[in-house]
Amino acid sequence: MTVAAEGSPPFRLAGSRRSPLLQSEAVQGFALISPTFVYALILLVLPILVVIAHSFWTQNYLTIDHTFTLENYRIALTEPIYRDLLWRSLYISLTVSLLTVALAYPIAYFISFHGGRHKSLWLFLITIPFWTSYLLRVMSWKVILGYNGVLNSGLMGLGVIDEPSTALLYNSSAVIITLTHAWATFAILPIFVSLEKVDRTLVEAATDLGDGPLRSFLRVTLPLSAPGVISAALIVMIPTVGDYVTPKLVGGKDGVMIANAIQAQFGKASNWPLGAALSVTTMIIVSLMAGATVLVIRALQRLAR
Amino acid sequence: MTAIRRFLPGWLSTYAVLYLLFLYLPVIFLPIFSINTAATPKFPLSGVTLHWYEDLPRTPALIDATWNSLIVGISASILSTVLGILAARSITRYRYPGRRTINGLIMAPLVLPEVIVAISMLLVMLQLGLSLSLFTVVLGHVLVCIPYSMTVLTSGFEGFDRSLEEASADLGETAFGTFRRVTLPMVAPAIISSLLVCFTISLDEFIIAFFLTGTEATLPIYIWGQLRFAAKLPGVLALGTLLLFASFVLMTIAEILRRRAARRTQNEGGLYA
Repeated sequence: MTVAAEGSPPFRLAGSRRSPLLQSEAVQGFALISPTFVYALILLVLPILVVIAHSFWTQNYLTIDHTFTLENYRIALTEPIYRDLLWRSLYISLTVSLLTVALAYPIAYFISFHGGRHKSLWLFLITIPFWTSYLLRVMSWKVILGYNGVLNSGLMGLGVIDEPSTALLYNSSAVIITLTHAWATFAILPIFVSLEKVDRTLVEAATDLGDGPLRSFLRVTLPLSAPGVISAALIVMIPTVGDYVTPKLVGGKDGVMIANAIQAQFGKASNWPLGAALSVTTMIIVSLMAGATVLVIRALQRLAR
Repeated sequence: MTAIRRFLPGWLSTYAVLYLLFLYLPVIFLPIFSINTAATPKFPLSGVTLHWYEDLPRTPALIDATWNSLIVGISASILSTVLGILAARSITRYRYPGRRTINGLIMAPLVLPEVIVAISMLLVMLQLGLSLSLFTVVLGHVLVCIPYSMTVLTSGFEGFDRSLEEASADLGETAFGTFRRVTLPMVAPAIISSLLVCFTISLDEFIIAFFLTGTEATLPIYIWGQLRFAAKLPGVLALGTLLLFASFVLMTIAEILRRRAARRTQNEGGLYA
């Protein structure tokens, strides 16, 4: 996604003859970006710092007690309800990211290696559903999986089942299916970009040296596209762990995730510090899981060579 | 071996078509059931009607939500495109230390859980004593739109031939004159594309609006409220279909414009890079 950040020439240090000019270039560039930068500082960095601060405080009815405490984190990590929600959220986001990447890879491969003239048409077709409202896409899964839904009425019409199945909606599988659908595009694009960067002559060389199509794919193409697989996995894993809409609409009682608990703390339960501690804990744990995923993919990449 | 080689693309293209079906099928059910006479979405359809669409303009709450969405969408798209232009221009035109870090920070909302972004902003706004309104929703939407705006705009600005600007400056144009008469016409398609992308995102965005709005609802919030009532489902499906259609048209125009911008500056990539 960061097109522009790649390939910047090394910054020349002051002291060279053009230094005043370069310095003014740096100043100009920084001045130009500063409104956007300041906006992100005020509405992203500052809020996150405020959340972290709150997580060490205590709610006292309507006021907040500012004495430092780790009590919120003790609750977040040891209370069975939050521990279960956290585990379930991590399990769902890990499953969804593995599934999305596995399903997306062949598509990205197909477009990159066999897309031919229609590459951009394929990419366009794949991005379009992603631009439709997330809420609406989740809602359509509710329509499909519901008790009186498309799948049940269809299966009954075909005579596969006699009465509507209740196993389709309101559980974590429904959440996993919906999220896998919702995040598909996010996984295809990074994998596609890294496949585009794979030097085709290397694949030819492997074939010339006697590797079959499968071996050359496993030993050349797949390891070389690992960066795309990594960013696809992360780009799906981190946001899905905190998904709110999907568990609320299709998750039912068994599909509730940590974001629903966080929201409750900021809404009905009105315990901001606990909500803050739950958010911070979720972010830290999902970052650890993301880090572990990167290490595993890198290790597999080394093994494959 | 040649058999496998011949078989593979065939197998892959079948998979690709199935995958497209998986992507589109759920979305297609919304329009299908929005013209169904029965209130429950199941097959076979009991009859075709436009009744649910005719009811939409007669719902005052829906009209209010539409106005709110338009106000928020237009404000958010203009603000985020202006901030996006500044940042994209700075990133593609200048080299300075800390450039990648700043870029990373600006792009971060793209990969953070939205709920966490939303509640953090909510906390700060309440602490600052801002009362929740459409204005706070706009502030939130701008933050999540900037990364998309940046992606569209950098693909329009990248590869932009700097010598054109230099020539203009050598011929005596001021910096502003060069920007207005040389740079701007070159990047106009990318700017319009960014406006459309940001408007669409804001129009469809739910979580941030849900947390940051006061009493005024945007369209997704209105839909969310209606979802509690099973009898209201067909109306929601009809509204959803109209929203899907709007997003589809806006994004198609945006993509065509973005490609035109990228071609003008002889650059490929963009949203996909």
